[in-house]
Amino acid sequence: MDFDLTAEQQLLGDTVQRFLAKEYAFEARRRILRSPEGWSRAVWGRLAELGLLGLQVPEAHGGMAPAPVETLLTMTALGRALCLEPYLSSAVLGTALLAAQASPAQQAALLPAMAAGERLAVPAHGEPGARYDLSRVSTRAAREGGGWRLRGKKAVVLHAPAADHLLVSARTSGGEADEAGLSLFLVPREAGGVKLLSYRTIDGQVAADVELDAALPGDALLGGEGTAFAAISSAWDRGLAALCAEAVGVLQATLDATIEYTKTRRQFGVPIAKFQALQHRMADMLIHVEQARSMGYLAALRAGEPDARERRRALSAAKVVVGQACRFVGQQAVQLHGGMGVTDELAVSHCFKRLLAIELSLGDTDHHVERFIAASVGGA
Amino acid sequence: MDLSFTPEQQRFRDEVRAFLDASLPAEMREKVLGGLHVSPEDTVGWQRILHRKGWGGPGWPQAFGGTGWDPVRQFIFEEECAAAGAPRLLPFGLKMVGPVIMRFGNEAQQRRHLPPILSGDEWWCQGYSEPGSGSDLASLQTRAERQGEHYLVNGQKTWITLAQHATWIFCLVRTDRAAKAQAGISFLLVDMRSPGVTVRPIVMLDGGHEVNEVWFEDVKVPAENLVGEENKGWTYAKFLLGHERTNIAGIGASKRELARLKRVAGDERKHGRPLLEDPFFAARLAQVEIELMALEITNLRVLSAEAQRRAPGPEASLLKIKGTEIQQALTELWVQAVGPYALPFRREALEPGFAGPHAGPEHAAPAAATYCNMRKTSIYGGSNEIQKNIITQLILGL
Repeated sequence: MDFDLTAEQQLLGDTVQRFLAKEYAFEARRRILRSPEGWSRAVWGRLAELGLLGLQVPEAHGGMAPAPVETLLTMTALGRALCLEPYLSSAVLGTALLAAQASPAQQAALLPAMAAGERLAVPAHGEPGARYDLSRVSTRAAREGGGWRLRGKKAVVLHAPAADHLLVSARTSGGEADEAGLSLFLVPREAGGVKLLSYRTIDGQVAADVELDAALPGDALLGGEGTAFAAISSAWDRGLAALCAEAVGVLQATLDATIEYTKTRRQFGVPIAKFQALQHRMADMLIHVEQARSMGYLAALRAGEPDARERRRALSAAKVVVGQACRFVGQQAVQLHGGMGVTDELAVSHCFKRLLAIELSLGDTDHHVERFIAASVGGA
Repeated sequence: MDLSFTPEQQRFRDEVRAFLDASLPAEMREKVLGGLHVSPEDTVGWQRILHRKGWGGPGWPQAFGGTGWDPVRQFIFEEECAAAGAPRLLPFGLKMVGPVIMRFGNEAQQRRHLPPILSGDEWWCQGYSEPGSGSDLASLQTRAERQGEHYLVNGQKTWITLAQHATWIFCLVRTDRAAKAQAGISFLLVDMRSPGVTVRPIVMLDGGHEVNEVWFEDVKVPAENLVGEENKGWTYAKFLLGHERTNIAGIGASKRELARLKRVAGDERKHGRPLLEDPFFAARLAQVEIELMALEITNLRVLSAEAQRRAPGPEASLLKIKGTEIQQALTELWVQAVGPYALPFRREALEPGFAGPHAGPEHAAPAAATYCNMRKTSIYGGSNEIQKNIITQLILGL
């Protein structure tokens, strides 16, 4: 039982926080948000230099995996700064999927380049109507000549417009919701028959719906045919841990902004922070933030747990606490900012939107309550 | 960073578990696990058993006869005791007046008062609240006037938990009526058997007699029973509150209640199926279980900060608020789980040895009374609203 960081971890956390505080302040972020690309390759390059894009890359390929605490610290710092870069999609989910499912040769070709920030690969897994159900995949892959043909539609693929590769899940056998029969394919974003409907999400990240009718070479298949579910499920759990850690950063930033605002905003001749109705609301916000922080730790340290049921139980519990914190803290922060809270001008509305997006990403609160119950049956 | 217990902590847990298996009397265990009334003899008896083992002061330093355990070991000990169904140790001596006497009392007071707390020979109660002084404790009016070698105490204390069994009471009394609020308060130890002390029961909403009024009429208290300096009592009281709140999250007891609730909901039926499988009930139960998981980690975070000699701070307020919310939510779900059989209320069915017949399932008998009883938790020990004031001032800096 120990909540301390090693000296190296402390240094890494401080470094990334300092870098983002300097380079990713509110106005700098606003410029990136309004740029056509919607994220910054320069920042991405700096994250690579700091070694942060290699946290899910195995040591054999020049990375640091497993690095749960380093990932936690990085994600919390990224959350605090409301970073728009494809860290979760490419550096966590995409990288973890490749590390789990790609052959050694494919890993050697891709992972060092991803750690260096030269390549981006994001998962294209969710589908219209599948909601958060990880095994519900209708996209089909069939052998065609010496290769594959993929047909289907992927929903809300985060950072697809930014990616070089999409990691597309497709069914090579089995029924619509079977875990068996799922395969994973490496699909160049620019390949023929890959059509993106690109857009921004409510919190300003780039994303796309992807329509596939693509012919792919035989080596586009990553790992064994029909075996991708376990890799997807474990990558998602790592993603959940990272997302919870990011949430803690956003939550803390949101609470800090609210405390600061209520100390400066004066009404009835006093700072509104003097009013007990508001003070108690902020105390409740703090409790949510601290409970979320605790579950962020749990998620980080259980994300690599080999027992899938134990792992799912812990991660779903974490996402429930975090999701509810996102909802409460976000809404109350806007409320306590009054009219200013519903403008685009202050950080709080941007925090609010990111908190909403986090709550709805990788499974919402109801989904994870359900998953927690399923994982608890017969258990503790 | 590591959330698992170390091998030493795990071995310690095994040692505690083995001791409980061997030494916790079955009848005590059954009462606690069944939600039945625990007698004062059980409470004292368990303290004596622990004392014989050398574990009478789980939170005390070895210099005063305690175990010298660090906060994480104390947590493990409390968790295992709760899980096994051990009676709750009385906090008034062990966690309240004991630490104050160790820190601020003189050597004679330490020699006189600390050993009988460990042995169970003295039963302490806490004389803080007054009819007009609840959350605004510093407005208290009970006065102690110095008359030679004595203080003459007059006034009324209220909400005194288990005063009917107590042999001693520690009181906050006003020794300087001219001074403002906190400044004129002293910390005084009073023998409950002194002439002029009267205890009157207050019957609570569950029909139980847990708390009392204590009246002082010209009670002569030897001046040597003043702890520390006159008019400095408020400082000592604040020190005490920090200690009282450290374990108020009640993680171990809530885990035990959660396990009981799951058993109850597994036996109860809805639409012919176990209630535990009902999606509405299961979701409510999962919500509480998940919050308890989070609070356990928050609690351990606070404890490990404390182990590094950072004093229990305002984070303890967070533990108190969330811990009591969870304790209360568990009793609400218990009531909900037993449905209409939450309504029959027969106090005799809550006494150990009740031979029946029960109205409805046996597990339903204590549900509503426990629910009613546990409403106190968000009120005592500094109401949850006062805790939010503390968070506001000390953590948020507002």
